[in-house]
Amino acid sequence: MTAPLKDITPAERARSTSFYEASARTRLELLLDAGSLIEFIGPEQREVSPHLKIFDLPEQFDDGIVVGRGRLDGSPVFAAAQEGRFMGGAFGEVHGAKLTGLLRAARQIGSIPVLILFDTGGVRLQEANAGELAIAEIMRAVMEARSAGVKVIGLIGGRSGCYGGGGLIAGCCSALAVSEPGRIAVSGPEVIETNRGVEEFDSRDRALVWRTMGGKHRRLLGAADVFADDNVQDFREAALELLGLVGPFGLDALKAEQERLADRLRRFGACSDAVDIWTTEGIAHAETVPELPADQFIALADRIGRTSRDAR
Amino acid sequence: MTTWQNNRAARDARIAAGAGLAHGKVVEAHDATRLLEAVIRPGDRVCLEGDNQKQADLLSRALLAVDLSRISDLHMVQSGVVLPEHLDLFDRGVAKRLDYAYSGPQSARIARMLFGGKIELGAVHTYLELFARYFIDLTPQVALIAAVSADREGNLYTGPNTEDTPTVVEATAFKDGIVIAQVNEIVETVPRVDIPADRVHFIVKSDKPFFVEPLFTRDPAAITEGQILTAMLAIKGIYAPYGVQRLNHGIGFSTAAIELLLPTFGERLGLKGRIATHFALNPHPALIPAIESGWVRQIHSFGSEVGMDDYIRARSDVYFTGPDGSLRSNRAFCQSAGLYACDMFIGSTLQIDLRGNSSTVTTSRIAGFGGAPNMGADARGRRHPSEPWLKAGAEADPDGAALMRRGRKLVVQIGETFGDKNVPLFVERLDALELAEKLNLELAPIMIYGDDVTHIVTEEGVANLLLCRTAQEREQAIRGVAGYTDVGRRRDHGMVAHLRERGVIRRPEDIGINPLDADRSLLAARSIKDLVRWSGGLYAPPSKFRNW
Amino acid sequence: MEDLRFQHRVRARAGGTRRSAIVGVVASGNLEVLVERILPDAECAVDIKTAAIGFGEVWTAVIGDFVERYSPGGLKFSINDGGARPDTVSLRLAQAVRLIAENGQ
Repeated sequence: MTAPLKDITPAERARSTSFYEASARTRLELLLDAGSLIEFIGPEQREVSPHLKIFDLPEQFDDGIVVGRGRLDGSPVFAAAQEGRFMGGAFGEVHGAKLTGLLRAARQIGSIPVLILFDTGGVRLQEANAGELAIAEIMRAVMEARSAGVKVIGLIGGRSGCYGGGGLIAGCCSALAVSEPGRIAVSGPEVIETNRGVEEFDSRDRALVWRTMGGKHRRLLGAADVFADDNVQDFREAALELLGLVGPFGLDALKAEQERLADRLRRFGACSDAVDIWTTEGIAHAETVPELPADQFIALADRIGRTSRDAR
Repeated sequence: MTTWQNNRAARDARIAAGAGLAHGKVVEAHDATRLLEAVIRPGDRVCLEGDNQKQADLLSRALLAVDLSRISDLHMVQSGVVLPEHLDLFDRGVAKRLDYAYSGPQSARIARMLFGGKIELGAVHTYLELFARYFIDLTPQVALIAAVSADREGNLYTGPNTEDTPTVVEATAFKDGIVIAQVNEIVETVPRVDIPADRVHFIVKSDKPFFVEPLFTRDPAAITEGQILTAMLAIKGIYAPYGVQRLNHGIGFSTAAIELLLPTFGERLGLKGRIATHFALNPHPALIPAIESGWVRQIHSFGSEVGMDDYIRARSDVYFTGPDGSLRSNRAFCQSAGLYACDMFIGSTLQIDLRGNSSTVTTSRIAGFGGAPNMGADARGRRHPSEPWLKAGAEADPDGAALMRRGRKLVVQIGETFGDKNVPLFVERLDALELAEKLNLELAPIMIYGDDVTHIVTEEGVANLLLCRTAQEREQAIRGVAGYTDVGRRRDHGMVAHLRERGVIRRPEDIGINPLDADRSLLAARSIKDLVRWSGGLYAPPSKFRNW
Repeated sequence: MEDLRFQHRVRARAGGTRRSAIVGVVASGNLEVLVERILPDAECAVDIKTAAIGFGEVWTAVIGDFVERYSPGGLKFSINDGGARPDTVSLRLAQAVRLIAENGQ
């Protein structure tokens, strides 16, 4: 049963591997050129969280994030991948520092892009202060890297989504790719329900959760520029496409982004449901959007044409 | 002078008492409690449907609200104790005595109420057993049932979840009882007649559709490597050598894994058409890939499953459907089919003891039995031969004369040696015994008796109990697949090695399976979304299973 | 958390040339196994940090069977355990041995 797996090409293997299901390490190994990943501060260095022990909680040798360098279609890239199953992929002190360090290295070199494979519920409760600080440091490091000419691409399609501080960092990236099961937001469904009541947001209504925060909606709004099918090869191709699309970063881009977001609020601010937004966008039978197969959805998103390409 | 039609007269009096609230047979929802007060008498035997899936929820609430000075001490006879209201009836004193079969979602509360003396328990039954008693000594005086629609005459369309309704109505209506149906809508013409109007006395239109629980959906995303390994062992170690074509699958992740391995692992073994062709089975979404790949010829169902309606309608070659095109299920017939016309039952349980007895009772939960004991029992009344049945019989009694030898149904328990929260599957003594002692029951609630079990499959291997000749061998065969549980670690290593030589115990390598190959990439579908794709968009899963 | 440590003498050196490998993830009912080729050929060590307290006897049995079956000479296994079941532990250990037996760094 494993023999056929060994015979197939890396691209075929990446095509048949669900991004949603794969581990952080598998995602990186299959996303980058075969055998090119060189990990920094790998698990054998045992740079574990200094906080979890205090709470009598198990540690992970890489603190839930893989960072390193590799090649994408022959060109060098830096890459980071969060492990969404370890503590929900949440940011802690070491976890955050590994990503900050990677971004700073990229800033120093200036020409090598960074891929961030988000899979996170936000900040780790057990190391909240360190985690919050890490989010701020990472956001700053992303902006500094981009100012130095580095393209920072976010790829989102893991089981923990991209929430909390992860959502903020994603907002700072040059461009994002997302798959259907991927979710991007700051407050998670349960948080909204707890604070605003079940009438405002029923976190158990998963269709509602996905049409509000899920990949299809984020793509239609232009928050994500590329919609990937849920396999690693599609994310690889999405990353390559985005690296080709991202323009220069500076004050003009920021102003354009501000205008893009203000315009979005003007157009859709009164909508109470994603289906209303899609209808406002002129999509006939908007309620069927969640059921559309990937190819039909991509055609639709391209037709609507909302992107953040000239902004961000 | 002796009168011989007292019951008929009493029934007519009850109908007359309720008629004042009805237009024809139709009673408004807000009058439902008054209707029940008019037609039910204290101490009546009442069937409050109460199935595995479909619930007469409006009538449950209406019954709960009756005036206790008019109605009390009812004897509830229903297969499913599922809604909180079913137990509230006992807390309030509307009902006193209970005979039932299954109490899944209420298993913890029903245990507390039994301990607290709130419920006078008749017995916990298997489905067929309870249905049988409806016709002998537990015939309902009143049946409160649920259907999708009714016409003005009272003809009922039950929808795909026909389930227990025909059986309950048969027993009630033909023995001078009263049948009251809640329906989602009243229509000019029902799509098909599941219950003829002359068996229905009152109809209550519900303001919202009756509650149906999606009980048979297992998300492929949650299937583990361990479950895949046990599924591979079952397919290659049992389905294939016995050539099992007619079978029932219990509900669980291991059986879902089997269903999802048929078009991949099973296909590679060349088993298509040779195994798993005819099922007594609810419409499991996990079976969609096997159906679409041409594995499955026919399925008869106990009930339906939420989201499967359009798929079933489009696959009428496989499922039983009515002239309207929708599924017709029937629990009593399907249970009989599982008992008599299937060669194998395979399912999971919570505890197995050293003799192979199994139980889903724990000291704090009484989940009841449902269908597993009827499926998972050797049918002593069976007379027709089949290859797996005869082969199993020959293994159990190799020296018997072939023409006089009974066959055996394959009754397979499949599971991982440790369940949720590291609770061991194998125990020296079942919790069911402790419960029976605490409640002074005359019979411990055993789900499947050990002498009916033929095989146990765990990640450690397959134990074939048919080949055991002594109680000691049987015990060691069970210990020999019990992994690192206390039961497993206390095995006699020499005897287990000997049993392995005889093929009583077979390890994965004896069956030609490398545990490292048990990978999720083998599953024909790895998510609910994959199942939707396999179905060509016909399967519409409920929101709780979506991640899109 | 409970720390456990096992050391075994083994028959033969584990195959392959990779220096280290890692499998699994620390989550409820799951574990990670880091395996490193850093011991003399006839030795094997397993260090465990587990969230499930009081299962030393089961670990002893699981590790004993594993070492007997795979003879992982020269390897040190470090385990972070989120309360995995014994069969999952056995599977991850076997996966770790398979991975480090591949050639490479």
